[in-house]
Amino acid sequence: MSSRLSWFNVTSLVLGFAFLYIPILLLVLYSFNASRLVTVWAGFSTQWYVELWQNEQLIDAFWVTLRIAFLSSLVATVLGTLAAIALTRYGRFPGRTVFSGMTYAPLVMPEVITGLSLLLLFVAMGLERGFWTVTLAHITFTMCFVAVVVQSRLITFDRSLEEAALDLGCTPLKTFFVITLPLILPAVISGFMLAFTLSMDDLVIASFTTGPGATTLPMRIYSQVRMGVTPEINAICSILIGIVAVIVLAASLFAKRQEALRRREELAARG
Amino acid sequence: MARAGSTGRGRLLVIAIPYLWLLALFLVPFLIVVKISLSQDALAQPPYTPVFDLAQGWAGFKDFVSQLSLDNYGYVLGWDNGFVEAYGSSLVIASISTALLLLVGYPIAYAMARAPKGVQPALLMLVILPFWTSFLIRVYAWIGILSPEGFLNQGLMTLGLIDQPLELLNTDLAVYIGIVYSYLPFMVLPLYSALEKLDGTLLEAAQDLGCPPFKAFWSITFPLSLPGVAAGALLCFIPAVGEFVIPDLLGGSDTQMIGKSLWTEFTANRSWTASSAVAVLLLVVLVVPIVIYQNIQARQLEAGK
Amino acid sequence: MAADQGRTQTIGAVRRTFAPWDNPAATPLIRFENVVKTFGAFTAVNRVSLDIYEREFFALLGPSGCGKTTLMRMLAGFEAPTEGRITLNGEDISGVPPYRRPVNMMFQSYALFPHMTVADNIAFGLKQDGMAKADIKARVEEMLALVKLESFAKRKPHQLSGGQRQRVALARSVAKRPKVLLLDEPLGALDKKLREETQFELMDLQMSLGMTFLIVTHDQEEAMTVADRIGVMNHGELVQVAPPAVIYEQPATRYIADFIGDVNLLETKVVAAGPDEVELACEKTPAPLRVAQGLGVPAGDTVFLAIRPEKMRVELKEAEAGPLPENAFEGVIWDIGYLGDLSVYHVELACGTRIKVSKPNVSRLVERPITWEDKVRVTFAPDAGVVLTR
Repeated sequence: MSSRLSWFNVTSLVLGFAFLYIPILLLVLYSFNASRLVTVWAGFSTQWYVELWQNEQLIDAFWVTLRIAFLSSLVATVLGTLAAIALTRYGRFPGRTVFSGMTYAPLVMPEVITGLSLLLLFVAMGLERGFWTVTLAHITFTMCFVAVVVQSRLITFDRSLEEAALDLGCTPLKTFFVITLPLILPAVISGFMLAFTLSMDDLVIASFTTGPGATTLPMRIYSQVRMGVTPEINAICSILIGIVAVIVLAASLFAKRQEALRRREELAARG
Repeated sequence: MARAGSTGRGRLLVIAIPYLWLLALFLVPFLIVVKISLSQDALAQPPYTPVFDLAQGWAGFKDFVSQLSLDNYGYVLGWDNGFVEAYGSSLVIASISTALLLLVGYPIAYAMARAPKGVQPALLMLVILPFWTSFLIRVYAWIGILSPEGFLNQGLMTLGLIDQPLELLNTDLAVYIGIVYSYLPFMVLPLYSALEKLDGTLLEAAQDLGCPPFKAFWSITFPLSLPGVAAGALLCFIPAVGEFVIPDLLGGSDTQMIGKSLWTEFTANRSWTASSAVAVLLLVVLVVPIVIYQNIQARQLEAGK
Repeated sequence: MAADQGRTQTIGAVRRTFAPWDNPAATPLIRFENVVKTFGAFTAVNRVSLDIYEREFFALLGPSGCGKTTLMRMLAGFEAPTEGRITLNGEDISGVPPYRRPVNMMFQSYALFPHMTVADNIAFGLKQDGMAKADIKARVEEMLALVKLESFAKRKPHQLSGGQRQRVALARSVAKRPKVLLLDEPLGALDKKLREETQFELMDLQMSLGMTFLIVTHDQEEAMTVADRIGVMNHGELVQVAPPAVIYEQPATRYIADFIGDVNLLETKVVAAGPDEVELACEKTPAPLRVAQGLGVPAGDTVFLAIRPEKMRVELKEAEAGPLPENAFEGVIWDIGYLGDLSVYHVELACGTRIKVSKPNVSRLVERPITWEDKVRVTFAPDAGVVLTR
């Protein structure tokens, strides 16, 4: 379904992407503003980035967030992949409906509910709140995103590949590591990246489940944003946007290159 | 035979590990929320009674049950306390936002699906990219645009269309803009995947049978995209009802949304029991859309086979 | 060239005399005993008992969903029988997982590991057995030579054409020298010409490797071409097991007669039953029908006469034709299908029934000797038809 685009379609795309990108571009642009007044342009300056570098609170928060994100997304990737395998491979087992319900619900569950309920759990268990409770909370809600991403890959996975490995004498466990995992790896990696960004991004659940000494970056940004718009926040936001943009673009370019290479080889094989 | 036994164990582990994790950290917490919503506030740690103590056995359990009460629900559902209003206005705001999202998202998704195959991945990337940047940042960006001295007011004044700043920030309008902006990828992606799957020959067949393009859209394209519409709408509606950050940062003091009320009840009033009751009722409100959403999700995954 | 000819002659000799199923002393390699497989309420395989002998090329034939693939997957170990036993070399293999069975399978989708090269794919099974590196290398080379893909060892599956992929899949599945090779619709994805060529290559390969092949297919021509014996399946049941010629010329039931090739099925009544001849009466023709087949069916029973279109003759009815002889029908040409090598005449009988008669076009057809609406007579020899009771 493709043809030359009508003016209507072109307009929709242009307006849509303008709506999506102009706010972000303005934000990045004004992080280089010399004036403290965020919305009045007073010349180019990088002073806010320099100030940021000296704001130890923010830098601390950044490291805490990064550590939580890395740890939680790593565990979430393992758990989510296991959940996806259980849901796609093992047919009906007792409690499957509850299981699939618990895997899909967190995707749409309002964060305030998830946050509150986890907090109450941690209190009931008598856990000291802080770095580890936030990590546990993040594992729980991000593993479901990983599960959905991996599951949609597993569903299109040709099961006869695994059967062929078994048929050729490979044990089930080895088959998973030699055949299945390498082939679903792109989905597992994008699940990991998704879990990572969701964890980096989370404000509400972290606010509920954290304790003294484990203030995350979104929490810091949030408390400053409530005071109003400042160029420092623009600067830190721009840095985060830059990091994400570079990683995502690099990943997609890499995927695209692989795809192009593959396509060329396929054409060569046919020719 | 021993081998078959070990595969059975492997299978059990694969199911049990994530299952137990979700039971312990997703389902059990809800039960605790329900239990605490039936408890009383107390000046203690934890700040509610009764506290269930397993050591006291059956008598302790009876004692525990007898102390549960529905007082918190009475409080939350009382007309004067603003919660009922907040539930209502959350549903209204979420519904209007979802309608706006459809209106904005559908043309974009349609145009993407219609674009030449070669540029479609790039367009898809452009839609997804903002989603990878922080939610908070995206909401924050709009404060700078909508504030009285913000870009929008400045621009309008420079153009001479208005002579004093419009009240944009801290209004319901700002909340709508914020939700539409933040949730747009969630609407566009399911719509796009539904429209992209659409077999182009269907439209050719319709035209061949004498149906003009515009009519073909309404009688072929739109009905076939309805699963995408439903998925997108629910994916936006459900979290929007419980939204906290957007009404808190962009809405005014009179913008009532239940996520914000819950947060305030918890952080400002420090009432764990009442906020639990608010959460339970919010879940009751959302349970039907959540179940519908799960069914759609499961069916789409099945269809993926 | 001479050596090549010599080999073909041996194959011919072996093929001509190979019939262990007729030898009561022969022990089967594979034995299905009353095997049942159900999926919930659905019975995929129903009470199948089947013996397959060493070095046999056996084909399971049937429409999709008839249970043939399930039967094969039970042998490979991917499904466990609900009831019954499967033995290999006399040993019950039901508890043995697929990765421990001396049976290999070539998958319909080929199931080539996309992240491995052709050589790695072929070596995969050998590595699982812990074979020495040098031996693996030698065996892979041997296999590549066998399927004539020596120069493709380093390629990945997506860099191959469909036919090449098929050969890699074949090489991979025979590399371990399994006792039995299972082939699940192995040629389904190839185009017609390549498929026909490959059928003969498969037969040669089976002969030279001396393996037992079990092929699952829905293509009757394929089954007839490659197999020593065919097992026809329908609705989970094995309806007939016999060499191709027997299946075609001596079908056990109306279903098989109809499923394999084209057939005219006529409902008849037994008038007189002799030891090696029956006389039948059919409402569709006044002529008595005599069939050289003794069935032990008593007179008065209803039976079906099955005659293949190519086993009847169609001729114009001459103006001064005598009365209708034995084994004859009279009718009008209702339609003609011209297929090039032969023409199929659809003859409408007086009662409205249509029968099909085919006739080779031995001379170049410029003008049709028989054409639409011609009055014709259709005749057949006493040994042309088969009487079926089921």
